Amino acid sequence: MADFRILNAADSALIVEFGSKIDRKISERILALAAAVEKARLPGVTEVLPTFRSLSVNYDPLVTTGRELEHRITGFVSDSGKVSGSRRLWDVPACYDPEFAPDIEAVARAAELTPAEVVTLHSETQYHVYMVGFVAGFPYMGDLPAKLRLPRRADPRTRVPPGSVAIATSMAAVYPYESPGGWHLIGTTPIRLFDPDSERGALLRPGDGVKFRPVSKSEFAKIRKAVEQRNYTPASKEIAV
Amino acid sequence: MSALLKVVAPGFFTTVQDSGRRGYLHAGVPVSGALDRDGFMLANALVGNDLNAANLEMIGSGPEFEVMASSVRIALVGGNGTIEIASREEAIRCDRSVRLTKGEIFRARLSSDSFCSYLAVEGGFDIPLCLGSRSTYTRAPGFGGFSGRQLRAGDILEGPNEEAAARTEVMLNAPRKPRFDQPIRVVLGPQDDYFTKEAVQQFLSATYKITPASDRIGFRLEGPLLEHAGDYNLVSDGIVTGSIQVPGSKLPIILLSDAQTTGGYPKIATVISADLPIVGIRRAGREVRFQQVSRDEAEQIRRAEHAELMNMIEAIRPLDGLQGLNLEALYGQNLVDGVIDGADY
Repeated sequence: MADFRILNAADSALIVEFGSKIDRKISERILALAAAVEKARLPGVTEVLPTFRSLSVNYDPLVTTGRELEHRITGFVSDSGKVSGSRRLWDVPACYDPEFAPDIEAVARAAELTPAEVVTLHSETQYHVYMVGFVAGFPYMGDLPAKLRLPRRADPRTRVPPGSVAIATSMAAVYPYESPGGWHLIGTTPIRLFDPDSERGALLRPGDGVKFRPVSKSEFAKIRKAVEQRNYTPASKEIAV
Repeated sequence: MSALLKVVAPGFFTTVQDSGRRGYLHAGVPVSGALDRDGFMLANALVGNDLNAANLEMIGSGPEFEVMASSVRIALVGGNGTIEIASREEAIRCDRSVRLTKGEIFRARLSSDSFCSYLAVEGGFDIPLCLGSRSTYTRAPGFGGFSGRQLRAGDILEGPNEEAAARTEVMLNAPRKPRFDQPIRVVLGPQDDYFTKEAVQQFLSATYKITPASDRIGFRLEGPLLEHAGDYNLVSDGIVTGSIQVPGSKLPIILLSDAQTTGGYPKIATVISADLPIVGIRRAGREVRFQQVSRDEAEQIRRAEHAELMNMIEAIRPLDGLQGLNLEALYGQNLVDGVIDGADY
């Protein structure tokens, strides 16, 4: 029996579902299928959307049919693992000074760690971008070290400042711009994760890697200024898959 | 590039929209675009624009403009709305083109029937592409369209044409059939298995009502509660325009153009693409019933609906002299037909 299902979102998309939990292996299968579908440039496929559990394959019903796509996609799944998309590992500067990290002390207390240990654990982990959603450019990244895993805040904020580096459950994220949010804020990045005037839109794509680099308040200010002058590109390198 | 229209009063919610933003779902960017794809395209067709050219979507109450160019040609599509021109006695009805000259002040008087209406200008507006589209996404951080926001008084909309050549104006051969009582057709899933059998039956047989808490993100419905079979939180997956999600309130929400791209509530069903325009024009207080079709049927219905739209565009004809009573009679006739054959495919 196949270990995936193809579900319907009417005549707008096929949802190729590989599981129902947050799991790195599931994510890799989804990303491999995304790369295969994109590479094949199937007529009528308008775009693909990798999420935690599935790949949405959106299509134009005036150009193709779900039946035709289902057939092609089934072929790609059994053949997967051979194609990989372009994935990058990003260096994301973050200031963990309490001034930029309103919840770091509470997180440290709850995790029975010092704030410095929280910074070390958070910044020494290389994160995997499972998906981008909630708001434009918001990356759901994992997996957080076990010691840092906490439930969401009981009292969500109505306004989370832009650039807030956040954690909750097994996930890490960055709020790209001011929005409501219930995650714990343990730092702030001076870089922009979403820029509608750039062709890329969101800096991070599903499958990308992220490593946070602790910076001082003065370095934070310097980078922020360069970002405002559109004179800063975060360092990145290709990830071999 | 010339100044075409100056916003005298912006109306309740007027935004620049096109056919939507594709290719950025993976970045969490909503599709946006016209809620009523057909009305949007018909407005463009009436002024000879590319069918996907950006035009104005108006919700709630219509805007008022002053003509800045030496002349412009415009068309309004939406229910039985009209264009009221300060210097002219008779209002111009929707579904036709009209040429206005510099200094004329006009107002789009929107139909009370239709949630949204469209106003197109010949030659289109000069609006920069943002992430591949001219559609406005007004929620934070606000991008696309006119400065990433709804229109405000004093805004000046520019376009390529300084004047609109005089010619015979055109009209739709027959008005659109609004089909406000036609069931909205859906394909069950992707997560109908997160609901009890009774809930799915309930969903397909009940009558829901669109609540006032409805906007471009989604229409919230009130009516019978839909029981989840188990947990109603799921690990997020993708949303499409027309996804019907049921959160902890057990009441369905039809997600529309500005909805977020992923979500963690089960989606009991999805509106078929052919019926998205007729959802888009249904306003708060109207009833909604759902009817199940298969994916194959959904695709056939969409092809038929598209052919019908193309026929309507093909049938656009010179404005005849039948303004007033005769025209009303003509429209009346077609509305009667609409009621009879509204749901026959």
